Amino acid sequence: MSVLIYAESWNGKFKKTSFEAVSYGVELAAKMETEAIAVTINSETTEELYKYGVAKVILVKNEDLNNFAANSFSDTIKQVADKVSAHTVVMLASSNVNSFAPVLAVKWDASLATGVIAEPTSLDPFTVNRKVFSNKAHADVVLSKENKILVVAQNSFGIKENEVAGSTEEQSVSAAAPNLVSESVEMASGKVNLMDAEIVVSAGRGMKAAENWGMIEEMADILGAGTACSKPVSDIGWRTHEEHVGQTGKNIAPNLYFAIGISGAIQHVAGINSSKVIVAINTDDEAPIFKAADYGIVGDAFKVVPELIEKIKELKG
Amino acid sequence: MKVLVCIGHVPDTTSKINFTNSDTEFDSNGIQYVINPHDEFTLARAMTLKEKQGAQLTVINVGPASTEPTLRKSLAIGADDAIRVNAEPKDSLFVATQIAKVAEEGGYDLIMAGKESIDYNGGMVPGLMAAIMNKPFVNAVIGLDVDGNKATVVREIDGGKETVSAELPMVIAGQKGLVKEEDLRIPNMRGIMMARKKPLKVVEPDGDIKMTEFVKFDKPAAKAACKIVSSDNVGELVDLLHNEAKAI
Ligand SMILES: Cc1cc2nc3c(=O)[nH]c(=O)nc-3n(C[C@H](O)[C@H](O)[C@H](O)COP(=O)(O)OP(=O)(O)OC[C@H]3O[C@@H](n4cnc5c(N)ncnc54)[C@H](O)[C@@H]3O)c2cc1C
Repeated sequence: MSVLIYAESWNGKFKKTSFEAVSYGVELAAKMETEAIAVTINSETTEELYKYGVAKVILVKNEDLNNFAANSFSDTIKQVADKVSAHTVVMLASSNVNSFAPVLAVKWDASLATGVIAEPTSLDPFTVNRKVFSNKAHADVVLSKENKILVVAQNSFGIKENEVAGSTEEQSVSAAAPNLVSESVEMASGKVNLMDAEIVVSAGRGMKAAENWGMIEEMADILGAGTACSKPVSDIGWRTHEEHVGQTGKNIAPNLYFAIGISGAIQHVAGINSSKVIVAINTDDEAPIFKAADYGIVGDAFKVVPELIEKIKELKG
Repeated sequence: MKVLVCIGHVPDTTSKINFTNSDTEFDSNGIQYVINPHDEFTLARAMTLKEKQGAQLTVINVGPASTEPTLRKSLAIGADDAIRVNAEPKDSLFVATQIAKVAEEGGYDLIMAGKESIDYNGGMVPGLMAAIMNKPFVNAVIGLDVDGNKATVVREIDGGKETVSAELPMVIAGQKGLVKEEDLRIPNMRGIMMARKKPLKVVEPDGDIKMTEFVKFDKPAAKAACKIVSSDNVGELVDLLHNEAKAI
């Protein structure tokens, strides 16, 4: 019995979500009175993980796993889970985790819960609370199989530092061959990845035209933030689809979300309502975004944002 | 090429969410049901496979008789036929098992689903199906080309996109971007008339394998009222974000 935590890395470096996964998994293992073990694939170093409380790390090195395929990744985690006799696997939501968690569930004959937002409310029966209806509600779900996979929603549990002395064991796992071929990867260059961004500056149709995004980008720059937009903005082509957040776009949960000239339609809010702090800037004091927001300014973005930029610069300066 | 498109039957996105039976069941009273928004993108892409590449297009839903209007709508959009597996879709593994069985027996080359349903937000059914059938799986798909037996698929990854290829049969989970917004289909009168005559086959479920049970629902606590800062005092907002919210 142990809790196996998948610490995801991209190009050898840990994703921030891995630290949240470890934080969650370590607390869960303590609650279950068992050992927490982290597993990571092709990471350059592993010491960083000890900082979040995991003392035992398994590093899988395998060139064949440099490209992602749900088939080979799920097979790898299954093998490691069996080796360390884990019955619970903890992962944090990401594009790859969301892809291979269900495949792992079938191969490992496990119960899977996604969108998990807290530690189990009960260990017997094993019950977790997860988001449903685009976070308009939560549900308690019982995972009935002996093996269990929890995919925790980003930023719902938080990162908890808790340094321990750890050790890493390198293991070679011969994973199932990927059943697809990676042809090419294209990363958006130079910008903060929206999914990992601590702060997101987002704007909507209230910006009137693509040319007006300069101030949004400037504000994002000085805050080290990612940029996002509402759906109509990407539909019209003012911004690319990659930036569209909401029910049919990306689901994000930054610490701070600025909604500038965004009405706050229910479909938009569905994608951002897990943000810790929401700030709305809108000319219409009845815009629904103010219901979702923690702070707001009723005013013209074209006047407010430049002033905001100045004030943030002063603060940072 | 035979294409199977999974059609989710979900509450319209603007629905007020309530629960009954001591918060153990979703209250469907007064709810308008629609095709799951992510599925609209896959269905529209499947329609172009039909129109340009002669694919035969079947839509499938696991659900009680009340989901039939949603399947008829998919037929009106242009699918050739529909299958309904007659069961309450209470667990993702159950749903995936039922669809996988139909897909295998029907010899489908491409199984398409939406990346997630907007009611239970599991995002599990497509991957589970692929694993059950032991076929390649690509999630969050924003581009798809099929050439003979080979599919080239673009998937969204965190911070970018990746192009992969695989041999059919395979399973993909689509999302916005798979077709342009203006290429989404809405049924026209002729489609609606034709849909009435198209076959909608009802099959009984096979087995009741499952992995989870929803036991209780709750709603997040209401947010505290928004603190409004005067537009003449933008500095105060920065101050609050720095000192009170500790967010910048
Ligand atoms: C099935 C479905 C799925 C959807 N999915 C999504 C989704 O994923 N994401 C999403 O965003 N939307 C989604 N939508 C669309 C959603 O319903 C709204 O239409 C959309 O979010 C509105 O975008 P907006 O706020 O930018 O534009 P608008 O509704 O036009 O609002 C613009 C806002 O800007 C304000 N404004 C105007 N000028 C200024 C100014 N100078 N300064 C400050 N404020 C100003 C206005 O008061 C208004 O509130 C979906 C809709 C459907 C039906």
